Order: sequence, then structure tokens, then C-alpha cells
Amino acid sequence: MSLHYRRVSMLLAATALIVSLSGCAFGTVDNADNQSPSGSSTTSEPSGEITVFAAASLKAPFTTLAEKFEAAHPGTTIKLSFAGSADLVTQLTAGAPADVFASADTKNMSKLQDADLVADTPVDFATNTLEIAVPPANPAAVNSLADLVEPGLKLVICAPQVPCGAATKAVEESAGITLAPVSEESSVTDVLGKVTSGEADAGLVYLTDIKSSGDKVRGIKFPESSAAVNIYPITTVSTSKNKALADAFITSITDAAGQKVLTDAGFGTP
Amino acid sequence: MNRRSPVGYTAIPPWIYAVAGLGACFVLLPLLAMVTKVNWSQFIPLITSESSLTALGLSLRTSAASTLLCIVLGIPLALVLARGSFPGQRILRAFVLLPLVLPPVVGGIALLYTFGRQGLLGRGLEVAGIQIAFSTTAVVLAQTFVALPFMVVSLEGALRSAGGKYEAVAATLGARPTTVLRRVTLPLVLPGLASGAVLSFARCLGEFGATLTFAGSLEGVTRTLPLEIYLQRESDADAAVALSLVLVAVAVLVVGLAYGNPQQKRKSRVPQ
Repeated sequence: MSLHYRRVSMLLAATALIVSLSGCAFGTVDNADNQSPSGSSTTSEPSGEITVFAAASLKAPFTTLAEKFEAAHPGTTIKLSFAGSADLVTQLTAGAPADVFASADTKNMSKLQDADLVADTPVDFATNTLEIAVPPANPAAVNSLADLVEPGLKLVICAPQVPCGAATKAVEESAGITLAPVSEESSVTDVLGKVTSGEADAGLVYLTDIKSSGDKVRGIKFPESSAAVNIYPITTVSTSKNKALADAFITSITDAAGQKVLTDAGFGTP
Repeated sequence: MNRRSPVGYTAIPPWIYAVAGLGACFVLLPLLAMVTKVNWSQFIPLITSESSLTALGLSLRTSAASTLLCIVLGIPLALVLARGSFPGQRILRAFVLLPLVLPPVVGGIALLYTFGRQGLLGRGLEVAGIQIAFSTTAVVLAQTFVALPFMVVSLEGALRSAGGKYEAVAATLGARPTTVLRRVTLPLVLPGLASGAVLSFARCLGEFGATLTFAGSLEGVTRTLPLEIYLQRESDADAAVALSLVLVAVAVLVVGLAYGNPQQKRKSRVPQ
């Protein structure tokens, strides 16, 4: 009998575990229950832990910035979660615990503002411009935006629904050309992947993507890119339990040292 | 005493029903949650927009082509795995079934380095004037890659459970192997073949990762329904949910067809 019941209770425990795990999956960041209490009320120096939701394109500079911040402020932990800005907004509006949100465009920041999840007016902290990416050997001999309309050229761009695609469309309109891509990808990473693997002759990606992919692609600047400068805003999320630390981290990004890290990664200053 | 009766051995303990119910909820609740999010007043316009219909049409066409390829390649593979005997048979089975457990993006990368411009076979094909990358052919290849194991597994199971009695009789009566295969074996496993084909079709409909990685995404050429849903989600959540529901409905219909009436299938397995 007791063996029988033990088996049942083990099964139930396993089921409960599965259910609770699946519940956690909605948050993606697993810090829901180990959020440290805010120490800002007792000391002027921020302490504790915050979670930063940042656009995927910010991965390299934000990792550096978080390490620098933690080194400068012992006792603080900056947890970073990177994904597409639209994914992050979806997670935030679904109740994912985060303290700071850095978006790759103003459109997704407005979505968060519409959801009343923004603590302060968002601050613009970086800009990004488009550049043509070609394989190192540049097989199709692309040198300017006009070369992208050559027949037979395999061009890959972002779909107009995603930020890099919206920027591409703005460039097309201002330059008065119509691009005929072989593929419209859902993310800039996918465009870059098609170029680095040599499948595509050219792609339109951000300057920062070209910088971060090293010698796997060659970047070609074009003057028409100034028609579509992407602005990156950052803000503290209104549900933050450690606003002091969140604000301090944002300040470390907008100050001179933080801006230097961003410009080194290829970002422009707003 | 009750436990020893024959019924006691086969009866399902009541608590199993409770846990099974929990399991069923785990699958059904998310689908139900999705249905509650559908914007019904806009449902028809959302799913009948031009790009939605183009994506659905492309999905149905490519899935049909891929299923055909799965049948053509899957029958010999299943026969060899179920009836053949050669060194490395078990290893071959493991590798044929691998796409079942591989992340689809891994399948896409593997296909890219096989059929892509710089790929193993792609370079030769490019010289021959055949370009696969960014074409509908690439979508069909990606779908076939992930769906083939479903066909092989269904058919191999059917072949094993059917046994080889009738084939032995046919052979002793003088039928050649190809005749036996055509006249005896394939009619015998037709239900298994049918459910394998339906499952493959359903898997093709849902293919996403390998297609995105390998084929790209262009309306009317490579943007299948799952890719359209992924893209719509960026700008129009209502459209994404509506299209998701369409995909679920088609999948339920397809899988329901395969497993709707198992008893009738078992009967038809007896040769005429």
C-alpha cells in the first residue's frame, strides 16, 4: 500500500514540476524568485540585481557595459536578456520581470509606452545606419546602392515588418529605386547569415552587424543610408523593483564612457 | 483477490485517468488560450488577405510535393530497414530518424552546406545551371528532410507487424521480387503508407526553421504559412493569431484523417 502511494505521490510531484517549469518558460529569464531586495533606500550607492532586456543588436556593447558597471559598483548584478525588440516587448507586456528595456527602434518603445510599462521618458542613446554587406570576395562586384538593382544579383533584405526592413524601405524611397530581393528575411541576423554563407551576393544590414562579424563580410557605405537612421531608446520599466540601480545603469550608458563603448561597436550618437 | 482476476491486470487504475487528464490539458490549454485571443470580427479579412492566401497556397503545394518525395524515398528506405539485413543497418536507421530530434535550424544549416551555392552538391548543380537556394525547390527539400522520418517510421512499423507470410507464398508460386512487392507487400501495408503520408504532409505544413535557414522568405516563392505567421507577429499580432488558428485547423484535419478510424484500417489490412 505505502509503496503504491509513494509511486502516486512521485508521479504527482513530477507532474507538478513539469507544470511549474512550463509556467516559468513564459518569463524566459529565470530570476523571478531570486530578485534581491533593493538596497537603495539605505545607501546612496546602488546595489542588488536588475534584469536588462536589450535588442539583439546590442549584445556585444551591453555585455561590456554590464561588466564595467559591475566592476565599478561591487555588490551589483546586471542580468542581460537579448532578443528582437518586438519579442522583448511581447514578453514585457506578458509580465516578464525586467527593470530596463533598450529597444532597437522607437516603434517598439512606443508599444511599451502604450502598455503603461515605462517609468520615465525614454532616452535616445544610440543610432544605427544601414550598410551593404557582401561576401569578402565580393563576387557580384557591388560598389554602391545602384549596383543592387543589377539583374541576376542575389540580394537579401529584411522584410518591411521588421525594423531593418523599415529602414531599407526608407532608403529605397529616398533613393528612388526599387529593390528586387530573392528573400525578405524576418531578422537582420538571417540576412547576414545568407551573406556570410555565400548564398547571397549582397544584403542590407546595420553597420554594427558588419563590425561584429569581423572578416566574414565586407561592408560598403552608401550616402543614401542617411535617409534611414535607426534610433535606440532606453528606459526603466515601471514594474522595476530596483529603480535606483536601473537608473544608475542607464546613466552609465549615456555618459561619455558608455558612449565610447557604443561608438566602438559601430553605433552612432543620437 | 480482485487484483488477481484477469480484468485487474488490464484495467487502468483510476488515478492514471487523473494524470492523463492533466497531460491532455497541457496540450489542449495552450490551443484554447490561442482561440480566446482570436479577433473574430476581423478573422475572415485577416486570413483572406492576399499574402495570407499566397502563403497558404504555397504551403499546400510544397507540402504535397514533399509528401510525394517522402513516399518515393521512404518506401525503399522502410523496406530496407524492416526487411533487409546488412552491416550497419541499425546505424542507418538511427541516422534516418535523426531529423525527428534535430532542431530544424540545424537541418537548415546542413541543407545549406549541401545544396547551397558553396555547398557539397550545390557547386556542381550551379555549374549545371540548377539553382536551389531561394527557390521553391529549397522549401520542398527542407520539408522532405524533416518529414521523411515520419514516413519511414510508420511504414517500417507496418511492414514489421504485417510479417512475410503472404510474400513467401507468392514467391513459392513463382512471383518475382518486384511482383511480390507490387502485388502483395505494398497493398498489405497500404494503411501504414497512407498514415505515413498524412503525417509527413502535416509535418511539412508545420516546417519552419529549416525553411527559414535554407530557403529564405519571399512572398509566393519561399514564404510558407509558418514563415508568414512569424513575420506577421512582428507587426500584426491579430493576423498572426488568426493564421496560427488556420494552421492548427488544417493540421487537426490532416492528422484526424490519418488516425480517425483505426479499426477500419486494421480490417483493410487483410488482403482481398
